[in-house]
Amino acid sequence: MKTKREETKKMKTIRLSAALATAIAVCAGMAQAEVTLSVTIDGNQDTINMMDALTAAYTAANPDVTFEIENRPGGAEGDNLVKTRLATGEAGDILQYNSGSLFQALNPAEQLADLSDIQSNVIDSFKPVVTAPDGTVRGVPFGSAMGGGIYYNKKIYAELGLSVPKTWDEFMANNEKIKAAGKVAVAQTYGDTWSSQLFVLADFYNVQAAEPGFAADYTANKAKYATSPAAMAGFQHLEDVFKAGYLNEDFGVAKFDDGVRMVATGEAAHYPMLTFALGNIKQNFPDNVNDVGFFAQPGPDAAKNGLTVWMPSALYVPASSENQDAAKAFLAFVASVEGCNIMIEANGATGPFLIKDCALPADVPASVADMLPYFQSEGMTAPALEFLSPIKGPALEQITVEVGSGIRPAAEAAALYDQDVEKQAKQLGLPNW
Amino acid sequence: MSLRRTAATRRNTGLLALAVATVVFILPFLFIFLTAVKTKQEAALLLFTWPEQWQLWQNLVDVVKTRNYMLLLAYFNSTVITAGAVALLVIFGAMVGYVLQRRPSGWNRLIYACVLIGLMVPPAVVPTIWVLQGLNLFKTIHGMILIQVAYGLAFSVLLYRGFISTIPRDLDEAAVIDGAKPWQVFFKVILPLLKPVTVTLVVVQSIAIFNDFTNPLYYLPGKDNVTVQLTLFNFQSQFQSQFNLLFMNILLVTIPPLLVFVFFNRQIVAGMTAGAVKG
Amino acid sequence: MASRRRSTYPYWFVLPAAVVFVTLFLVPTVASFWFSMTRWDLFKAEFIGWDNYRQFFKEPFLIQGLVNTLIYAVLTSATKTVLGLLLAVLLTSGLWMQGFLRSVVFFPVLVSTIGVGITFAALMHPTKGVINLALGYLGIDGPAWLSDPALALYSVALIDIWKGVGLATLIYIAGLAAISPEYYEASRIDGATRWQQFWRVTVPLVRPATVTVVTLSLIGGLRSFDIIWATTKGGPGFASDVLASVIYKQYQAGFYGLATAGNVILFLLIAAIILPLTWWFNKREVDL
Repeated sequence: MKTKREETKKMKTIRLSAALATAIAVCAGMAQAEVTLSVTIDGNQDTINMMDALTAAYTAANPDVTFEIENRPGGAEGDNLVKTRLATGEAGDILQYNSGSLFQALNPAEQLADLSDIQSNVIDSFKPVVTAPDGTVRGVPFGSAMGGGIYYNKKIYAELGLSVPKTWDEFMANNEKIKAAGKVAVAQTYGDTWSSQLFVLADFYNVQAAEPGFAADYTANKAKYATSPAAMAGFQHLEDVFKAGYLNEDFGVAKFDDGVRMVATGEAAHYPMLTFALGNIKQNFPDNVNDVGFFAQPGPDAAKNGLTVWMPSALYVPASSENQDAAKAFLAFVASVEGCNIMIEANGATGPFLIKDCALPADVPASVADMLPYFQSEGMTAPALEFLSPIKGPALEQITVEVGSGIRPAAEAAALYDQDVEKQAKQLGLPNW
Repeated sequence: MSLRRTAATRRNTGLLALAVATVVFILPFLFIFLTAVKTKQEAALLLFTWPEQWQLWQNLVDVVKTRNYMLLLAYFNSTVITAGAVALLVIFGAMVGYVLQRRPSGWNRLIYACVLIGLMVPPAVVPTIWVLQGLNLFKTIHGMILIQVAYGLAFSVLLYRGFISTIPRDLDEAAVIDGAKPWQVFFKVILPLLKPVTVTLVVVQSIAIFNDFTNPLYYLPGKDNVTVQLTLFNFQSQFQSQFNLLFMNILLVTIPPLLVFVFFNRQIVAGMTAGAVKG
Repeated sequence: MASRRRSTYPYWFVLPAAVVFVTLFLVPTVASFWFSMTRWDLFKAEFIGWDNYRQFFKEPFLIQGLVNTLIYAVLTSATKTVLGLLLAVLLTSGLWMQGFLRSVVFFPVLVSTIGVGITFAALMHPTKGVINLALGYLGIDGPAWLSDPALALYSVALIDIWKGVGLATLIYIAGLAAISPEYYEASRIDGATRWQQFWRVTVPLVRPATVTVVTLSLIGGLRSFDIIWATTKGGPGFASDVLASVIYKQYQAGFYGLATAGNVILFLLIAAIILPLTWWFNKREVDL
């Protein structure tokens, strides 16, 4: 009996200490367990460069955390894939995806983890574009803010004695001179259909300057492209540029890369594009980086000249991730000054970053230097419509190709786009539609 | 005299056909090949010219090495999927075709309706993913194999049913009289006789499955599960300005189907002869 | 006798195939019918009755897409049938290098759609493409094959024919080989010319192959999506949109319920064309 009791006691002690040891081991293991985070990013060279640099630096500091990076297709195909994977709980641990209206379509409140507690370094203006309807912040910025406007070739401008236009009429007058000099005035690349939207989307600063309430009215089904002269202007610009014969001959099949090449090497004088094209110029035409300048898409009034701005994409943690803590720790690193500096180092300064105290180096490329002043004074920038409204019609890029190729007149196209917008709003189940 | 003239005419028609076929069918391949061996700058022009500088080996190595030898892994995955799916398609398809042709009954209408539905209805992606997840088959190679089987069955059944009608019933009945069980009749007597149409099926389906890209994109995500067409798709953005590598990739992923074709070339027509024509 | 026959061809032979087909194809397909009645963003589905069908029929480019689908399907199917038969006759007539030519005609079948898309986008480039450069030498100003709205659909159909004619030819070669030489012998004795032989012997007797080629290529043409997506994505604008690409775009936009409804409509369209055709073919077969 005694022995038995002793034995039991002994056993108990052993068991207890074993349990304790296990517990300690588990705790220690939590801190040190090797985690492999699966990361899904798009296939842009800039994105790959930044993610490679960030993950390499993070693993160097935290050897127990490694990464498996997968590239997904971009564009609508990528949207589809991301949604399918989220809906089926297969989206991995970290996801890079657009902010703004596309982010809202992910049903963020249910599908993405709450990242509100790692926002201390993030600039306030970014938070709304990754905030779920319940008010929690679900993403951290990845990359720099972009401007939507017009790249121009400085050599051609110098050669023909042109100056940067402040109104659309000045822009068209420049085009006329460039055409007269036997050069391509405006490069368009409808082979990548998305690139055809620029004249419409990048005109939003001008739309807002003329109709400050447009975004809200548009979301509330009160303002329409076809009935708002300011909003119509973007479509009209597309038509005018085509009709005047300013485009490159192969505009219908040329790709984004061709557009970049044309404006960088002086085959064309202008290329309407988002400023992320700089990464491409640097990669493929390093010698021409400073031949390219940038200006905001000019509107009707020189006094109201400003830039339409695109927020960068963001990194998210899918709610289905099994490594949420580790993923959040990494994202906190991305959203720190250190992470920001790594991104700048990987790609150079392409635009302002959305991290507090993250300064750009002094010697930025010419096109970035052209863009920065807009950010530095109040009221010179406006977010693109997709960051102010959840509605963006999916067929816009086909419609803008039509207008830009002379298939459909601008007025008809704007009305058609209104129909497309209506379909989107209905599918989103928005009130008032 | 007339004989000689016929011979000459044949020769000339042959030459003419050869010339037309060369232009129409071979030039695009030559274009792929020539672009694949050029330098980046020369390939970017997309011109149909003889390469100024041959870079065949270097481009090949570059493509193979991209993303940590992704292409080799893709070859392996695609081969496993193709071989597995085609094997099942042959056996399952032949079994269904056999019963369908030999045993007319009310069920045949149902099976036939399924075959037509299988040929005509575009698959529903997301519900399929849910089913796969429920069965723990999502993101697995064997799940992918079963998907390819499900999507390819209709065509195989159609092909086999037509062919089996050319095999006399006496053969099965003789085997039964000799005491063979149904499965023995099928596997030992019928299936070997189906070889010609099986070859046709193997060629057509293995090419289709090997070249499939949409289905792996949805049902087989993950870096370790990459298939050959997805490498092409993935590299398309990465190689945007490197047409030489993009075309080298096209060239490389076309080689396995080409080998299958060359290997089975002579037998395909025989299979078609007896099989498809009765469909 | 009857009982023995039943056991010779047991229904369990159908079972393995049926299990795979039903679970992985039929069940999801039936489920999708329900989703076609919902507003479905993949995350939640809200029942909205026939709204998706109504919306789909309001789709501005549906009519054009429908017309394009029919043009595309009939054009590719008819050309593959005619060209396939002619090539097959040519390639069974004992030509010089016949075996090689047969392989060459089949080559395009081996290349993946994406590969074909990338290649032809380069070949058909309006200013740099080989096709237009060649036409330029002949003094012809080549068109913008894939970016001219009036031409894009036909250019894609041309690529489709290029890629698919090899399979049709193969089926026809097999069909021709099955025709007994005695028929030709007999008609030659009757004094028929080769032209008459072709119409009176070849065409009627190769009919089973024709049925296969027409049915497969017509279904393929009506469902066609891959090549269109790999070359024009339905563009420029909406000029080369077919039903399948309209549906895919709804899918891409995240309108899953709408896309599913479109799929149901496409299925009904194919059934409405193929079923009577099959019935007609079978009836003729019985008559023969």
